Amino acid sequence: MSVSRLQEVLDSGRFAVTAEIGPPRSCETERLRETARALKGSAHAFNLTDNQAANVRMSSIASSVICLQEGLEPVMQMTCRDRNRIAIQSDVIGASALGIRNVLCISGDHQMFGDHPQAKNVYDLDSIQELMVLRRMRDDGTNWSGEALPQPPQLYLGAAANPFADPFEFRVTRLAKKIDAGAQFVQTQCVLDIERFKRFMRLAVEKGLHERVHIIAGVIPMRSHKAALFMKNKVAGMSVPDSVVERLRRASDPREEGIRLCVETMQDLGSIRGVHGVHITAIAWEDIIPRLVTEAGIRP
Amino acid sequence: MIIAEKKPLPEVLGMLEGSSEVLVLGCRSCTAICLVGGEREAMETCEALALHSEIKDKGWKVRSLTVERACEREFLTPLNGFKGTVVSMACGVGAQVVQEHCPDARVVPGVNTSNMGAPEGTGTFVERCAGCGDCILHLTAGICPIARCAKSLLNGPCGGSQNGRCEVSPDTPCAWDQIVKALERQGRLDLLDANIPPRDWRPSRNGGPRRIVNAEASPGDAQRRWREGE
Repeated sequence: MSVSRLQEVLDSGRFAVTAEIGPPRSCETERLRETARALKGSAHAFNLTDNQAANVRMSSIASSVICLQEGLEPVMQMTCRDRNRIAIQSDVIGASALGIRNVLCISGDHQMFGDHPQAKNVYDLDSIQELMVLRRMRDDGTNWSGEALPQPPQLYLGAAANPFADPFEFRVTRLAKKIDAGAQFVQTQCVLDIERFKRFMRLAVEKGLHERVHIIAGVIPMRSHKAALFMKNKVAGMSVPDSVVERLRRASDPREEGIRLCVETMQDLGSIRGVHGVHITAIAWEDIIPRLVTEAGIRP
Repeated sequence: MIIAEKKPLPEVLGMLEGSSEVLVLGCRSCTAICLVGGEREAMETCEALALHSEIKDKGWKVRSLTVERACEREFLTPLNGFKGTVVSMACGVGAQVVQEHCPDARVVPGVNTSNMGAPEGTGTFVERCAGCGDCILHLTAGICPIARCAKSLLNGPCGGSQNGRCEVSPDTPCAWDQIVKALERQGRLDLLDANIPPRDWRPSRNGGPRRIVNAEASPGDAQRRWREGE
């Protein structure tokens, strides 16, 4: 039985497309609605980030609900950085009550990177423990302390995986740990280093993980070689091969080249054993998403 | 040991308004070893305060005194009945015990108490223990993820670990990278297969200020109950 369209698509063996929407910095509801309307139909579900990069934004719950109202299926991200187990359970019960089904459990970017580096973080739970807690609520019908939930939340649980972080071999073990904890789908860090990603997938497939979880590979369109360099040098846990930087640097129209690169990557990813979908993160370039999925031939 | 850092002198000076008798109290234990609050540093601070008082005509009567351990009252008898201002060069524990010992004195901090750590080379001190009250070092190759992972993850490393470094700072080793490599060396990687469930944070600071009774060492009822095996 599926509780969400994303689950239905993945469980039926179809190639899933998800895409990221960064909630606005303030109450710009109309702008979020416009983005949602423009993206409707170009992905099966849309991730609403949870104060990404530790910058204050509209909550992922509120922006998920606004997307629901516009007819988009949300994937609500929920970090362990800002909430203890009481708040996480409460927010997820509330989200499910409002119609949100897909929840992505992540530890969250450290607050040092954001606009409030002075803040105290929480980390009562880590992302694996968050999965354990939410799964118990759904499957056992109790909250983590064992108290019965007369109407448990309906959830499709997701996790993140970063094949480009270290130590490399442990990344597959960590993916297995997340599956053990309750992850049903996994969205990966953006793939620019496709060779390393293929090695990761080979190890995952060897362990049979692709049969226990749906792996959705991340992609990112880049507008210039400077964007690629920024990710190479400034973003933790990214692997950007020099060939990618060079390709964008030498292009006469870097923007078009970036689109081509992203489309090619999505097509390559689709042919890797165990990859069940792609996840598009087009930071501040969300309007390119419909073109990307159309050109890659994966429009839902 | 307890690691502390010296407070900037102007900040300390700002705490002394209205004082007349000022005692700079050094401690020969932890803060002496991390070179911020021992006898030498107490004397230096004392000289600086005296000079400031003279130049600014504050009229402070400044002296310094260093005790063996400021956190145990049996070492504080030289302070009996002191009513002036104490600039504590001991850790926050010492400063509070001094205040308890000298209820009429004004105790001000001369150092910032930072963490429980160990020296790394000379003059560098690195946090090792968070005093969380439920030690799991046997599961993590003797490396504490609570104290040494920026997110205190129990099932790490997170996606920001690269080349053995923490995403928060290139100067910080990723504790989980160290744990994975140490367990690999020891042939005990299987320890990482099991997920560590949400922990009980009550033994940590979250159960309120902690009071530990060692029945074996306690006088009176607690020891009697321990002896009788209750």
